[in-house]
Amino acid sequence: MFDLYLLEAIINGVLLGGVLALLGLGLNLVFGVIDVVWICYAELIMLGMYGMFYLYTVYHFPFLLAAVICIAGVGGLGVLLHILVIQPVLNTAPINQLLATGGVLFFLQSAATVMFGIDFRNLGIRLPVLDVAEMYISYARLIAFGIALSGMVAIYLFLSRTYVGAAIRAIAQDRQIMPLMGVDTRRIYLITSAVGGMLAGLASCLLVLQYDVHPFIGLTFGPITFMICVMGGLGNMVGGFVAAFVFAEIISVGGLYMDLEWGYVFAFVFFIIMMFVKPQGLLSRRA
Amino acid sequence: MNQRAVICAAGLLLMAAVPFVYHAQYPLHIMVLILIWSFVYTSWSVMGRFGLVSLGHGGFFGIGAYVTALLWNYFGVSPWLGIPVAMTAATAVAVLIAYPCSRFKITGHYFALVTLALSAIVLQVITATRDITGGSLGYTPERANGGSSVLAFQFSGKTTWYLIALTVWAVGLMIRWRVDRSMLRYALEAISEDEDAASAAGVNVTVEKLKVTALSAAMTAFAGAMYCQYQMFISPDTVSGISVSLQMVFAVVVGGIYVLPGPTVGAIITILLAEVLRIGFGTAALGWDNLVYGVLLVVFIIFLPEGLVGSLWRRAAARLA
Repeated sequence: MFDLYLLEAIINGVLLGGVLALLGLGLNLVFGVIDVVWICYAELIMLGMYGMFYLYTVYHFPFLLAAVICIAGVGGLGVLLHILVIQPVLNTAPINQLLATGGVLFFLQSAATVMFGIDFRNLGIRLPVLDVAEMYISYARLIAFGIALSGMVAIYLFLSRTYVGAAIRAIAQDRQIMPLMGVDTRRIYLITSAVGGMLAGLASCLLVLQYDVHPFIGLTFGPITFMICVMGGLGNMVGGFVAAFVFAEIISVGGLYMDLEWGYVFAFVFFIIMMFVKPQGLLSRRA
Repeated sequence: MNQRAVICAAGLLLMAAVPFVYHAQYPLHIMVLILIWSFVYTSWSVMGRFGLVSLGHGGFFGIGAYVTALLWNYFGVSPWLGIPVAMTAATAVAVLIAYPCSRFKITGHYFALVTLALSAIVLQVITATRDITGGSLGYTPERANGGSSVLAFQFSGKTTWYLIALTVWAVGLMIRWRVDRSMLRYALEAISEDEDAASAAGVNVTVEKLKVTALSAAMTAFAGAMYCQYQMFISPDTVSGISVSLQMVFAVVVGGIYVLPGPTVGAIITILLAEVLRIGFGTAALGWDNLVYGVLLVVFIIFLPEGLVGSLWRRAAARLA
């Protein structure tokens, strides 16, 4: 039997997957290269969303200009985060870095509460909903999917075709040897942090089209982003990409039969099961 | 009886005498909160000090609170029975997560992220089952007999609660003290140094890790139930989720993870800070306490990773030597 609602859910899942994959990409890049987990990654996205709200809705910047400023701004935040918080603890126990960024999470969340208040804000843009063969597909999601995909292709090209990209990949492969080969690790880390932040900025521009922003929105996206990265194998970008789509389908199709929250619960349970089956990530081979 | 035991007993008796001399309700309330949270933080540090940094304790805390409250409201099961059930449930969940983690050597970052997923799951399940748990609006255990009943584990007097919390806190410290002097500690320290070497030396890595995780989770669930019975109101955001987990980590790091009084000092600092800000600035302080926490956490990790008590301790030891 052909089920139109199911097909709609599957298509929406694919579209959601594109955005989730973009979310995971920045975190994965930073982890793969610097070996640090930014627990506050979703809070960077939250700040980017506020940036979009203020630039676009309050100060009436054109959307594209606002987006560029936000991407650059969040990229700058990534660099700041690295210099102020990560660098001083880079050579201590790995868990310290994770906890320090946990402190940043608290800080950013409450800074947003203090500065912006706890009201829900949105851009006030209503994008049309496409009606394809009696299925409703949100235009905002379609755009987000397209831009997320192009963003990922751009990152792929950056890593595979440029000199700096090659250095970044080299560092990710062997942290000890590369400094001896004359690669300036400090500079590479800064560039990686900037790119990671810019990816978060890009994600925030896309998410703000679909969701209202409030100081605690990071808690909505954060866990799912971490799970995508862990399930894909931390630092494994292809794995993260696959995991994002698997997760999105579970959320979307699971949400079809019950509430959307249950879609998330199913995704989480699936995550736990996968931890038993493939603890080193979806694409890992048994050693 | 050695000297130290006598001093401890005397100190406890002194603390137990406080509510009989000093009757002000509000300071007593703050002290009860500090004692309950000190117990929570101590429970976290039981495993956290061995490098097993769990961000899933928000989940165990939530399970403890909600299972106890739900059993009481729906089935009339007294918390005296409900708390052990909740503790068993949390332990089962902990083992379910910790088993694959230790079996497949998921440590450090991975372990923190997997357990973080756990606390997110608990939060999400509580919110999603809003027909039963009231969702994000929160949940209240039904009051029995005007709010004071031994069977329902509900007491209206602050003094009673203070004594209960004091006992619980002391038992918590005792448990951690016992763990610190057990074989378990040596095994776990060896594991946190080098898992393969420990395993080669005959330490059963999986079993030892599961032991300490189960203990820590059960204690945290117990604390969750205590918190629920004391406050008589729980909501998913205050008893589960990432924020609660990070709050535990934060307090322990500030106080000092490797020393026995560390978590307690952490609790005193965090709760007093929040209360001072709340009283001093009223609703304008909304968010400020977490702002200060966040900055302090970063500063402590960078400059004082051993925490306040830990650093003072070491400095004192260096001076004596």
